[in-house]
Order: sequence, then structure tokens, then C-alpha cells
Amino acid sequence: MEEEEFEPLIIAFCCNWCSYAGADLAGVSRFQYPPNIRVIRTMCSGMVHPNLVMDALTKGADGIIICGCHIGDCHYLEGNVVTEKRAEAIELMLEDFGLEPERFRLEWVSASEGDKFARVMNEMVETIKALGPSPYKMG
Amino acid sequence: MVDKVGAVLVVGGGIAGMQASLDLADSGYKVYLLDKSPNIGGAMSQLDKTFPTNDCAMCIMAPKLVETGRHHNIELLTGASLEAVQGSPGNFLVTIKKTARKVDETKCTGCGLCTNFCPVEVPDEYNVGLVTRKAIYVKYPQAVPAVVSIDLEHCIGCGICEGQCEAEAIIYDQEEHMMDIEVGSIVVAPGFDLFDLARKPQYGYGVYPNVLSSLELERMLSATGPHAGMVLRPSDGEVPRNIAFIQCVGSRDKQIGNTYCSSVCCMFSIKEAIIAKEHTPGLEAHIFFMDMRAYGKEFDAYYSRAEEEHGIRFTRGNRISSVEEDPVTHNLFMTYVDGADLKTEEFDIVVLSVGTEAPVDTDKLKQVLGIDLNAHSFCETNIFDPLSTSEPGIYVCGAFSSPKDIPDSVAQASGAAAMASSHISTERNKLVEIREFPPEKDISDEDSRIGAFICHCGINIGGVVDVPAVVEYAKTLPNVVYAEDNVYTCSQDTQSKIVETIKEHNLNRVIVASCTPRTHAPLFMNTIRDGGLNPYLFEMANIREHCSWVHSKEPEKATQKAKDLVRMAVAKAALLEPIPPIKISIAKSALIIGGGIAGMTAALGIADQGFDAYLVEKKDELGGMTRRIHFALSGEDVQARMNELIDKVKSNERVHVYTKAKIKDIEGFIGSFMTTLEHEGEEKQIRHGVVLVATGGIELKPDEYLYGEDPRVVTQLEYEDMLTNGGLKEGTKSVAMIQCVGSRKEERPYCSRICCTETIKNALKTKEMMPDANVYVFHRDMRTYGFRENYYREAAEKGVVFVRYYPENPPKLTVNDGKLELTAKDPFLDEEIVVSPDVVMLAVATLPNADNEDLSTFLKIPLTKDKFFLEAHMKLRPVDFATEGVFLCGLAHSPKFVEECLAQANAAVSRATTILAQEELELEATKSCVIDAKCDGCAYCVDPCPYDAITLIEYMSDGAVKKTVDVDETACKGCGVCQATCPKEGIFVRGFTLDQINAMIEAALEVT
Repeated sequence: MEEEEFEPLIIAFCCNWCSYAGADLAGVSRFQYPPNIRVIRTMCSGMVHPNLVMDALTKGADGIIICGCHIGDCHYLEGNVVTEKRAEAIELMLEDFGLEPERFRLEWVSASEGDKFARVMNEMVETIKALGPSPYKMG
Repeated sequence: MVDKVGAVLVVGGGIAGMQASLDLADSGYKVYLLDKSPNIGGAMSQLDKTFPTNDCAMCIMAPKLVETGRHHNIELLTGASLEAVQGSPGNFLVTIKKTARKVDETKCTGCGLCTNFCPVEVPDEYNVGLVTRKAIYVKYPQAVPAVVSIDLEHCIGCGICEGQCEAEAIIYDQEEHMMDIEVGSIVVAPGFDLFDLARKPQYGYGVYPNVLSSLELERMLSATGPHAGMVLRPSDGEVPRNIAFIQCVGSRDKQIGNTYCSSVCCMFSIKEAIIAKEHTPGLEAHIFFMDMRAYGKEFDAYYSRAEEEHGIRFTRGNRISSVEEDPVTHNLFMTYVDGADLKTEEFDIVVLSVGTEAPVDTDKLKQVLGIDLNAHSFCETNIFDPLSTSEPGIYVCGAFSSPKDIPDSVAQASGAAAMASSHISTERNKLVEIREFPPEKDISDEDSRIGAFICHCGINIGGVVDVPAVVEYAKTLPNVVYAEDNVYTCSQDTQSKIVETIKEHNLNRVIVASCTPRTHAPLFMNTIRDGGLNPYLFEMANIREHCSWVHSKEPEKATQKAKDLVRMAVAKAALLEPIPPIKISIAKSALIIGGGIAGMTAALGIADQGFDAYLVEKKDELGGMTRRIHFALSGEDVQARMNELIDKVKSNERVHVYTKAKIKDIEGFIGSFMTTLEHEGEEKQIRHGVVLVATGGIELKPDEYLYGEDPRVVTQLEYEDMLTNGGLKEGTKSVAMIQCVGSRKEERPYCSRICCTETIKNALKTKEMMPDANVYVFHRDMRTYGFRENYYREAAEKGVVFVRYYPENPPKLTVNDGKLELTAKDPFLDEEIVVSPDVVMLAVATLPNADNEDLSTFLKIPLTKDKFFLEAHMKLRPVDFATEGVFLCGLAHSPKFVEECLAQANAAVSRATTILAQEELELEATKSCVIDAKCDGCAYCVDPCPYDAITLIEYMSDGAVKKTVDVDETACKGCGVCQATCPKEGIFVRGFTLDQINAMIEAALEVT
């Protein structure tokens, strides 16, 4: 039997104002990317609790990406500055949990960067495919 | 004194008429919206996509259609015509004839059963006759009102529909009738009609089957068109290999009398070429044109992408003389010029880019309303009063005053609404009903009962995702008690269906799987309110932008993903709780930033509506860039009008002018902003409800063509000053004008829009003052759109010499023996041209105000790449920002003419008035909320809050002092930084709680 290709499941947290709009623009522009991404809309990237990220990874998500407005463009002044600091904490936690750093990514995607959204998603899927399934998925 | 009436009649239900109606209705006026067609929607309803964003036209228009159709202050008068108008401004008596629809509008549900049984087939006007419809029909699937009508010309009276109609809505003996209404003002927005292609027989339209009009191609490209979006040759149904577009058919044509430019066709063809290529693999598209008029915001970038990314071929300098056909293959042949060569090429399809004309009933409008028309039968207007007709109290917007695109029409529509309401502002709220929703059902003791509505969006979703399979899957999900699919979930009939379904199935939460919540959630949230639910008991799954459109080549995987997205939405919906509304009072005043012509006009408009206007200008006098314009193309004395305007502003007691003032800070939000000004050495605080950004633009000081080195080289405004103030030396024999200096190049890719026309103005003036002087214009495309084209023609006729240049080979200016020498290559003659001008005028770029970046930070409003402000939506919200309560107008938006600035300024007034007219405003209820039992007062959340909305407090509980935090709900914006900081899960944002997000994650990870 031919082995089925690994199809990762990646959760993308997108802030309502820039990144979700960027994801929408990718759609409007018909920029294609693989169907492995599940977008969860949050008001701000700064709304994403690190526990949500770690829970998702330990429950079997193969990768997590947080997308927010570019620094300086945050709809909530500097919610994304907080996100940036949290991302550092998340990176440290990944190590503790025995997860590869590539499974988590932080990206700034503006409302006019539909092409960037599609590109980042393409890259993320490729990266995770190369890594293989999350070790937490096996159990 | 006549008794004024707080109602307005809007004539024409296209996008402009709808926008004017919505603004007026939202500002407290009763609106009668009249359309001769049985359904509103106008020309935009026929469009597949819109430039320059390729937004699906119906998708962006449907919410407005629905809102117009269901607005409690708008009464639709469809299938109606204007018969007589008496009275005066403030009080008109209007007589209207309503034709017999033969259908009871209150009973028809738009189910369409009757149309299935009707035996009569009639060419379908909506699809330009490419398919047929029945004699009883609804104009298009999303039509408003969603009610059928009988086409009396074709109905054979067989009675089958009457027998089939379960709602008993067919009334065969319904007769046309007259009705009278009283209104205070009238807005005319009848739109346009298309040039009759039979008048250009040399192109073979109607004779050669493969010659199409651009509207026919548009319908072909549409999912609701004849071939579900496929472009097929009418002669044999084959997929075309190549397609040619001929521009200016019925435009810029002296022979047929339409000497003006139709303004939209260049962009329209580029868009169609892009979409046709997307829909037809391997298709080659070729556009033949004279000048590419990509003059609007982001248009030139779109044009570049069409050429570079989509591989569309553009051949300029062409007015194709005729089309020949091979009678066997029905292939078409055209001869064109390419540089200095003549070529003939064969095409599978030729598209005629058809021009626009004044609406066919323009003479009747003139007769009934008494308004003046121009030489082309469009409504006559003045550049200083672009929204007024010659009759007081009667205003105009949209394509009826000159051919124009959607955003310009929408801006004019809002502007006309402001003008129409300004002289009846005392009658605001007198004739309107307050929109009432049924009482909210208490669902606190109920288990979740979710209804799921899955949208096909025509073929936008349904063409990729197996929607019925998603519906079946949704039915199996926990808490889902009802699921169905809809062709368009956003259509008006589906809204009624959702309300009924909520009641019938006792739903207490609703999900819609369709497009993006960013545009459509408000519509559905109001719908469920009509069904007695709190609007926040709603969730959306975006299976279009995030699924069918981005996985269009993987239908199975897209279907699986759509199921997953629905499952995630259902998981969250099950945990949604009602959110109580938060209401705030509104400061009835506006801050207007920028004292140029747009800002001053806006300030007066706000004052006319009965509100205070704080007008802030950084310079020591009002006037802005218009102060440097002396005369208009049409001859008006600009400075005389400016002085009048400035006097009006200064003498209006509701306008408070602060010149030489600097904005130090703007805090707050819609309804309640607080601005700190530095004025005359003092700090001053102003409280206001809205902000209007009118920061204007500046003229580029170029660093090329010897500018600044040789005094004979001047900018356009400097040259105008010379013409007016005698700066031009006696004996000037030769003037050269160079276009696109600083515009349309790599570092500044946009077109500055006004410079071509300003050049024509200056060239004509030069010729008038010095008939013997030679005037040369070196240009890339002359972009004299609309009626400005007539002046371009006049300049050419008066001997102004126009020489085209290509950007890779621009003219060269040198000094030779003390004389200026300009060398250019004429691409058509393939010859070098050398002139020795006495003066060289540079048509330089218009730059954004350098202060825009600071303001962007203060107000959290975005800029474009070019540093102009970016509006909420390029097409339908041209003067709104995504940030509520903040609006823009004039050059802050992009370069534009005086008349366009004035239209936008009035539009911004209209949009602001929809807020200022309310007594209190319901705020977005997504706010953070503390669970005192979990909060231990650690205060980790206090500092990160970007709005200082959280304070640490102490309280007594069981005799002990406890700590918790308190959230100021007017300051909180719901970003959730607190929620993500809290180690105890003690603070959360309503509608985005950790449990709700977690439920979505778990649902996403469930393997099905």
C-alpha cells in the first residue's frame, strides 16, 4: 500500500484588522496556498494567550502561526509589541516541551499583503511537512 | 415661509441612489427611492468584478442592497416614473406613476416557482440578451425587492403563474396608478445608458457573432451569466484562444457627436482582460487604445500588473477603423498601427469597449424637473457646485452629471445627500421611525440550538466546495438542529428565511458559512436580532476567501476544509453568550483637519447640518493649494470663489477656525474624541464626536529637467502664476510642457490625475494670450477624462502640438548657447523632434501632505504605499476610514480636481452626519470583562493595556479586603491583551474567551 503523504494541520491566529484582512485579500486575489491552514480570528494578535499555543501543540497541532499587524500599525496601538515579547516566551517553552522551533512562527501581515499571507502559509506548510507530524500526535 | 418636509426623493436606485438614500435615512430623513426598473441595483448589479481590487461586485454591493431594501426609513418605489414636480425647495409636491407589476409586493416571497412554469421566453436584459428569461421574472438573483414582476409586453395572459402561486400574490387586474408625495429635496441619480453600437457599423456588432460589447463580456465572466463564468465564442461555443478589445467605441468620437471620454472604459477593459484570462487558460488578450486613462487611485498599479504579471498586450495610439470577418470560421481581422508599422491580426473574439451616454429619459427629467442639461444631454453642473442642478433644492450625483466610476459616484451620492438635507435639517427625525428590533429572547436556561446556513455564493464557493455535502455534515455536528444551503446567504430573501427559521426551529445561535465576517457579519447580526436573538449569538465560517478562492484547484480538499471550518464555527457558537449593548452619548461636533477647499467646505457642511465644526489649519491662512489656482478650465475665477468661501467660513458662527494651529494629540473614539491643540502659544482642548481628515497635498519640486538650475523651467502652478500675473515675457514664441514629471515612475508609481487637464488649461490660456506662440505638450497618455476631453480636442484644434514619449525614452532638456533645447523622439513618426522653448512647464506630481504619517499614528488610520490615506473600501466607502467616526476628503485621499474635492467634502459631511444625528450610539460590545472570583488582583493586566482601561481596586468580601481589577468599558477596545496576560483566566473578552478559542482549536484538531 502506498503511504499517504503527511498532511499537517496548522492553526493560524490572525488579528481582525490586518492579518485576517490580508488572508481575505489572498482570497480576493486568488493567491493559492495549501488547504492545511485553519485560521482563527482574534481581535488582536496580543489576545493570543501562550497557553492556547502550547495547548494546541500538545493536543496535536503540527504547527502554529500567529499573524498580526506590522509593528507601528497595530489597531490597538501596541498589542503586537506584547505579542512579540510573548513569542519569545513561547519559543522557550517549545524547547521545554521537546518541540522543534519551526513549529511556531510569528509573522506580520498587513491588510494589503495578500501575497505575503499566501507565501507565508506556503512556506509554513512546506516547513512542517519536512519536519513530519507533531510528536504529540502519536500518543 | 413654506413648511419644510423632512423627506427626500431619490430618483434612481443604482449604487449612487442607494448610497444617497442610506445616508439620508441614517441621518433621520424619510426617503422615497424611485426606480423605473422593477428592482433596484442599477448598472453595478450587472458587473462581475470591480477594478482595481477585483472585488466581486455583487459581494460588495449585496449588503447595501439588502440594507436599502430593509431600511425602515426608505420606501422603495420600483417600476415607477416621475411625472410632475411642483413647489419649491423645502416643500415639493411630486407626482409619480407606478406601473402595474401585476404582483402584490407584500405577498410575493420571491420563491420563483411562477417563473419555472411561465411558458414565455424573452431575451434577458440583465444578461444583455445572451440568455432568456420568462415573462414573469425577477431581474437578477439577489434583486431587491426580491419580488417578481410581469413583463406586460410579453405576457400572454395564460394564467399559469396565478394558479401556481401559493402566496396568491399575482394580481392580473392590478392597474398602473398615480401617487403624490411631499418631499423637502430631490436627488437625481438616474445613471447612464450605453452607446448604441449599431451606430458604428464598421465594427460588425450584431452582424459578426464574435463581436461582443464589453457588457456582454462582463455578463459572460459572471458566475450568474450565460455560461457560469466561461468565455465562449457565440458562433460555435468554442473557448477562444485570443481576444481583442477596441477602446473608445462611442467615446472621443466627433463623427457620432460623443466627443467626451467615458472615463471608465479603459479600466473596465483591463479588468475584463485580467478576469477573462483567469477564467480561460491560455487566453491571449490584446487591448487597442488611444490613451490609457488609468487616472484613479491605484489604477496605474493595476495597469502595470495587467501588463507585467498577466501578460496582457497593450497597443497605444490606436483607433481601430474597422473589423472584418472570415465568413467561414467567423474569426475576426483588425488592422492596427504598432509604432511606425501597420499590422493585421486575427482574433477569435473582438470586444467593443462601449462608451456611456446620458440616460435615455434625460429629456423627460429635464422637462419634469426643469433642470439644465449640457451639450451631451448630461446634467449641467458647475465645478464649485458639482452636486447642484440648475434648480434649487434638486441635486445630482453619479454618472448623470458626467461619466464616472463607482467610488466617485458613491462619494457624490453621499455628498448630494448632505446637500439635500442641509436646508431641511430642522426637520430631521420628524418623519422617520426608529428601527425597532423585537425583544431579545432569554436563552440563559436553554441548551445550544444552532442553525447553520451554508452559502454557495453563486459559484464562488459552490463551484469548488461541495456545499450540499457540507450541509449534510453540519447536520451531524453537536448542537446543530438545522442546516441549509443558500445560493446567496446575503440576499434579502435569505434574511427573511433566517428570521423565520430561528422562530420555527427555536434556534438560539446561528452560524453562516460564506465569506468574510469583516464585511458581512453586521448584516447577519442584524438579521438574527430581527429573529429575537442577541446579535452576538452569531459566528461565521469563511469558506470563500479562506477556502474556495485559495484552494480553487483542489475541490475535495477544499470541501473537507469547509467542513472543518464549519465544525470550528459551531464549536465556538455553542459557547457564545449574549452581550449586552453599551450606549454612549455623542459630542455633536466635528474636528476638521486642514483648511483647504475640502476642509472649509466640510466645515460649512457640518455647520449647515446644525453641528459645531472646529477647523484646524497649520498655516496662518485658510485656502491651501487652491490658493495657487487662478482660473478654471471652464473659465471661472477661482480666487473670487475662494474669497467668498473663506468669508463664509469666517462668518459662520458654528465654524470655529484655528489657523497656525498644531495638533498635539487626539484621544478617544467615535462620539467622544478629545483633541489637544497648540494655538497662539496656548494648549487648547476640544471635545468632538467625529474627525474629518482634509490634509490636502503639495506640488512636487522636481530634481530633473534643469528645474531649480534654469529660471525658464517652472512647475505647473508656477506657470499658471506667470500667466496670471504677467510673468511671461513679451515675445514668448515657444512653450514646452512636459507631462508626468515625478508621476508614474518607479519611486512614485501613481498618476497625479489633474496634471493633463491643467496642462490643457494652461496651453489654451497661452494660445489665447499669445496666439502666435507654439505650444508643445510632451506626454505619455493624455488623461483628460469626462468632458475635459472636449478641451483637449479644442487645444489640438487650436494648434497645440502633442508629442507622445515613452518612459524609457523621455524628452531631454539641455542648454545650448544659452538657449533651452528639448529633444524627444516621436514614436509614431520614429523621428527625433527638437524644439527650442522659451519656457518649459513641468506637469509635476501631486504629493501627499508630509503630516499624514503623524496623523496616521494619532488616529490609527492607515496610509497607502504612496502615503495618501487609505479608505475603508476603495469602491463603496471612499470617504470612510475603517476606524469608526473618522472620515477623509480631498487630496488626503488622492490627487483630484476641485469639483471632486468638493463632492468628497460633502460626502464626508454626510457620513459624519449619520453619526452626529444620533442621540446616543451603540458601541461595539466586544469588551473585556473581569471574573472577580478568579481575579486575585495581581495587576499583571494593568500595565499592558494599551488604553489604560484597567485599574486595580479593592472590595470587601466576607469581611475581608480583596483585590480585583475594574474595566472602563468606554476606554476598552476589546483587544484582549489583558486576557492573554492573565495567569488566572480571570479576565476575558466577550465573544473571544479562552474557552471559545479553545473550542475552535479542539474542533480544528478533531480528525474526521
